[in-house]
Amino acid sequence: MVEAKALVKRFGDFEAVRGVDVHVRRGEAFGFLGPNGAGKSSTMRMIAAVSPRSDGELKVLGMDPDRDGPRIRARLGVVPQQDNLDSELTVRQNLQVYGRYFGLSRAHVRRKAAELMGFAQLGERAEDEVEPLSGGMKRRLTIARSLVNDPELLLLDEPTTGLDPQARHLLWDRLFRLKSEGVTLIVTTHYMDEAEQLCDRLVVMDGGRIAAEGSPSELIARFSTREVLELRFPPGEQDAVVAVAGGLAQRMEVLPDRLLLYTDSGESALERAYARGVRPLSSLVRRSTLEDVFLRLTGRSLVE
Amino acid sequence: MTAPAPGRVLGSWRAAWLRVEGHWIWYRRYWTSTLYSTGLQPLLFLVAMGIGFGSQVEPGAATGGLSYLHYVAPALLVASAVQNAVGESSFPVLSGFKWQKDYVAVTATPVTAGQLLGGQLIWVGLRLSLAGAVYVLIAFAFGAWQGAGALLVLPVAVATGLACAAPMMAIAATTYDEGARFVSLFRFVVMPMTLFAGTFFPVTQIPGALRWLAWVSPLWHGNELARGVALGGLEPLPAMGHAAYLAAVFAAGGLAARHYFYRRLVI
Amino acid sequence: MPVTEGTRPRGLLLRILPPGLYAGRASAIIERSMLSYSRGWLVFVSGVLEPLFYLVAFQIGFGRLVTEVAGPGGQPMPYVAFVAPALLAASAMNGAVFDSTFGVFFKFKYAKTYDAMLATPIGPLDVAIGEIGWAVLRGGLYAVAFFGVMNVMGLVTSPWALLLVPVALLVAFAFAAIGMACATFIRSPTQFEFVQLAVVPMFLFSTTFFPLSVFPGPLQVVIQFLPLYHGVELMRGLSVGVLDPTMAGHVAYLAALAAFGVFATSRRLAGLLLR
Repeated sequence: MVEAKALVKRFGDFEAVRGVDVHVRRGEAFGFLGPNGAGKSSTMRMIAAVSPRSDGELKVLGMDPDRDGPRIRARLGVVPQQDNLDSELTVRQNLQVYGRYFGLSRAHVRRKAAELMGFAQLGERAEDEVEPLSGGMKRRLTIARSLVNDPELLLLDEPTTGLDPQARHLLWDRLFRLKSEGVTLIVTTHYMDEAEQLCDRLVVMDGGRIAAEGSPSELIARFSTREVLELRFPPGEQDAVVAVAGGLAQRMEVLPDRLLLYTDSGESALERAYARGVRPLSSLVRRSTLEDVFLRLTGRSLVE
Repeated sequence: MTAPAPGRVLGSWRAAWLRVEGHWIWYRRYWTSTLYSTGLQPLLFLVAMGIGFGSQVEPGAATGGLSYLHYVAPALLVASAVQNAVGESSFPVLSGFKWQKDYVAVTATPVTAGQLLGGQLIWVGLRLSLAGAVYVLIAFAFGAWQGAGALLVLPVAVATGLACAAPMMAIAATTYDEGARFVSLFRFVVMPMTLFAGTFFPVTQIPGALRWLAWVSPLWHGNELARGVALGGLEPLPAMGHAAYLAAVFAAGGLAARHYFYRRLVI
Repeated sequence: MPVTEGTRPRGLLLRILPPGLYAGRASAIIERSMLSYSRGWLVFVSGVLEPLFYLVAFQIGFGRLVTEVAGPGGQPMPYVAFVAPALLAASAMNGAVFDSTFGVFFKFKYAKTYDAMLATPIGPLDVAIGEIGWAVLRGGLYAVAFFGVMNVMGLVTSPWALLLVPVALLVAFAFAAIGMACATFIRSPTQFEFVQLAVVPMFLFSTTFFPLSVFPGPLQVVIQFLPLYHGVELMRGLSVGVLDPTMAGHVAYLAALAAFGVFATSRRLAGLLLR
């Protein structure tokens, strides 16, 4: 579906994307995980055929976006980072007007709009203007709008940023359904839970480059341990502990507010720590996540 | 496995026309809110200036021996078309890029930035035609027309409006502030143009050294054409000159707008 | 709310209004406006230049189509001299209405300027008075500039004309107060069409461009009810030094309008706040 080799995007002197290789297969859910400014959105815009590449090769649906932009866009669905719905039109009109830009007949668009409002659970708001809808509803409408042309490939740029947990889960549920219907998804996110929930395969991006690639579980297995022990200390005491904590686990990360000890058994690491006289304010044993992978790869947190 | 997507690529005219269709759906919801600016305001000016102020004017050399109402009616239509066109091409276009971002949404579909611009221009042209037609009818009721030539004032007004709309859209596409620039533009360019480009009095009353300012304004050319077709006395050669000037401004503005639309939407 | 207690005696407004609505700090709003305006000097310059364009247009254009009109007291006067004071009144109105309706609405809805202000001890009435005060202040600046241009163009012939500036302030105050009261009813930008609908006909028909006698009899009565008409009459009389007792009536009308505007604005704001 998407084939990128040494893809580069420059804005003046600034290189936002510095040589990215990805290969997205039909039917999978592919993720770009990374902090803000990692180059995810720039990559997405190039794939969406709205931003010409500065260098490298890119094929989307087997075509070159620079040459066949409109033909590619005809078969894509795009959910931009910021909703750009027509706030002065109704929910239904938003879907119908947008559908027409794909050259779909009025009758088809009317049918499709009704179907999509059901899918996005917006049926009751069909004749309401978009302006007063909640953030979650607007987001669902944006996703519904991106489906109006039955796209083969759906691009979602930070689909759930700014939504409350309930709205996020509802959205994820809708995306699962699409995936099970065979739609290929490409998602950017800086939420590790979202990446873990949605993606079959993902790349971790940082500073315009790909730091690692694989399935969420592969990445965790490759770059982290089975468990993580988190220790918090009263202000000022953490530094003293860092000196004695070495060797308690396979690897240690020092964050401003806590210590992370990477080990296969968090409980036993905690026992060893107590044995050495470490007295944390609180402790937590948890499984490794993509956040830990990211920390390992870049030395920085995803969400700062 | 999904079936191939039913979306397809459209011809340029068809794509631009779909944009017009989108505007039309907006208009069907909001036409009442445009009644005043497009329908009533030109008529208020016609009554105030043509009839009220005109009552104080003795027909003379300046008005070509005509009553002031007859003199000013064609030019008022052109001037209001220009004002409308500039208004429709400033904040609404900037909003498409910046606030509402509907331009960003549309260019994610097979519709290109150029087709988007085309649709916007066609839409402005249609709006101007509609408002102008209303004006022509009501001005007729006031006895402001001298003959059937008045019907030709409408296309002249729409053409002049579009000649101003195209460069204005280019400016809007290069505007990144909150539109403070437009306010200055209205005050320094559009307003003086309306006052001095031969709408209310002949440009010969302007001191010779400054008269070129009126001559370069599209409105003066539109006014000359409009008076020519409504009141007669227009030679073919100057008429072609005025029309060519308007066409040139439209073409240059349109090409610039196209360039800046692409530069802003395809980055 | 003991915000202002002990710092200074509580003024009348502070005593009659519910605390929280007014903190006696409207001047802070004016300061903010001046700060934001000092950067938008181009807008200010253009506001001064706009009436200048009109005056020049009337001098070289309209004024040659119509050489003389019947002025105050019936004596004929040059058309430019007839229109100039009326334009001053009209521009005082336009500026005040623009600032107090569109300016306020924009800051309220899009720039969210007030959200931040209202999180401080400043209350909605501070905002109202501050914005009205600013509109008047700015109107005054324009009026001085306009008056200067009139002087240069030789359109000021009577010492009474000096009073044009305070009258411009009164007109601006009346329209800013009324405009602000109307702004509290506005929900969406499309409703500004209604503001235009009130302002433009008033601008065109308040004997600004042609004398009252042009209107048919019954319409003359209607015109005399328009607020701007009183501003225009007052200014035109003063500009040529023709004084008569009806001027007291014009002033009273405008003052009453201003008082009503302030009253209505504070009532509306209180209502919106306590809801």
